[in-house]
Amino acid sequence: MNITLRVWRQRSSGDEGRMVTYQVEDVSPDMSFLEMLDVLNEKLTLAGEEPIAFDHDCREGICGACGVVIDGVAHGPETTTTCQLHMRSFDDGDTITVEPWRAKAFPVVKDLVVDRSSFDRIIQAGGYISAPTGSAPDAHATPVPKADADRAFDAATCIGCGACVAACPNASGMLFTAAKVTHLGSVPQGQPERDARVVQMLNQHDEEEFGGCTNIGECAAVCPKGIPLDTISQLNRDLLGSLATGSAE
Amino acid sequence: MALKSAMAVTGAILVLFLIAHMYGNLLVFGGREAFDDYSHHLRELGEPMLPHGGFLWIMRVVLLASVLVHAYAAVALWRRAARARPAGQRYAVRRSAQSPARRYATQTMRWGGIIIVLFVVYHLLHLTTNHIAPGGASNSPYERVVNGFSIWWVVLSYTVAVLVIGYHLWHGIWSALATLGANRASRERALRTISTAIATIITVGFLIPPFSVLFGLVS
Ligand code: HEM
Ligand code: FES
Repeated sequence: MNITLRVWRQRSSGDEGRMVTYQVEDVSPDMSFLEMLDVLNEKLTLAGEEPIAFDHDCREGICGACGVVIDGVAHGPETTTTCQLHMRSFDDGDTITVEPWRAKAFPVVKDLVVDRSSFDRIIQAGGYISAPTGSAPDAHATPVPKADADRAFDAATCIGCGACVAACPNASGMLFTAAKVTHLGSVPQGQPERDARVVQMLNQHDEEEFGGCTNIGECAAVCPKGIPLDTISQLNRDLLGSLATGSAE
Repeated sequence: MALKSAMAVTGAILVLFLIAHMYGNLLVFGGREAFDDYSHHLRELGEPMLPHGGFLWIMRVVLLASVLVHAYAAVALWRRAARARPAGQRYAVRRSAQSPARRYATQTMRWGGIIIVLFVVYHLLHLTTNHIAPGGASNSPYERVVNGFSIWWVVLSYTVAVLVIGYHLWHGIWSALATLGANRASRERALRTISTAIATIITVGFLIPPFSVLFGLVS
């Protein structure tokens, strides 16, 4: 396959940035999207040019490091991570536009790499439980109903890639925050901090200048892990509950 | 979040108003007397506990307050969204992962809201104060309606406005339910269907009287 790539190039956070067009020849349909970028980068390096910077780590869809907007959709045309997207999802001769996640809270570091530490700070604000350290407790020491465990696991599959923010017309981080609130709020271990957690995480979310959620649903539509949209309603229920009991302070 | 809850609650008040208003409008089929009586009763409602027109004025204050709170919250959210993805950081290519119709509804909430406010001003000048009186002024609300909607461009302007409102409600009702915590995975489809149904009923219900007048079913 021969592909024309339009890629966002930006030397540093201070640089203005621009779209640059490249031709990539002899692309195998079995290559992953990142492998196709590797091929281009090798060519660029041999030609003495600066390779395109992009984030990646596991390349098996579990770490959440990779992630770019491909033809206007976060992670591209398949509902999976960019590393799990293959060139067979495109046609020979296609022009593909590649951009970084775009949000104030995710400043571009270089080219396609953005700084997502705002997510880490949301987690630090409340995405934890208090548990005594030491030897691991018995697996069945605290029984958890199957339905609750399933719900917690579904929400816990969030890999924090940031596609929800990238896709949201409001650049809101609500699906990410809601996934964490739902995950920890669904199990007994998460109950002691439950009321405070939702308030602290949301305050941090707003402080990082993510936008407000208006229930559009683009986030869940692109989420590679299928985090359900109703986690946002669960977050809202927790919040209304914690405001009602006044325990949020 | 406080903003969104405020939008949801005030939006719900406005939807209830629309349903009551739609019912009132459909009384045109009862003929001149039924319609004018209804308008008259609106002013007598609550008497003698309330002064003449008292109920109507309470309604007006509640509606105006709802609109103001709704708009204030909308503008605040709009500004936050603009700050969260500022001008220099827009996408070169943007495509929705959802259906085009739904995308259209969600992306027109803000401008649609502005159009609706402008329409309400026009509409009050037309049928409440009668400062705008296409087809002739009258003291009878029934005659105002019939005079106005005998003219094609009046019907057209109302049709456009009501369709904008329909779209606004389609996303708005769903969004309000989700904001107030009603959404669960097992219910999402049901909630979407409910919003579609209410939006459709209100749209059609509001469109029936003007078109009935235009086509001479009511005169
Ligand atoms: C085809 C559709 C409509 C028709 C035929 C219609 C008809 C009328 C009439 C006849 C009145 C005056 C009632 C009276 O003086 O007793 C009125 C008032 C009013 N209408 Fe409509 N209307 C329509 C759509 C709408 C829509 C879509 C909205 C809101 C978005 C709306 C908002 C209002 C308001 C706020 C008033 C004033 C109530 C007051 O304070 O007196 N109308 N309408
Ligand atoms: S590189 Fe780890 S999820 Fe894509």
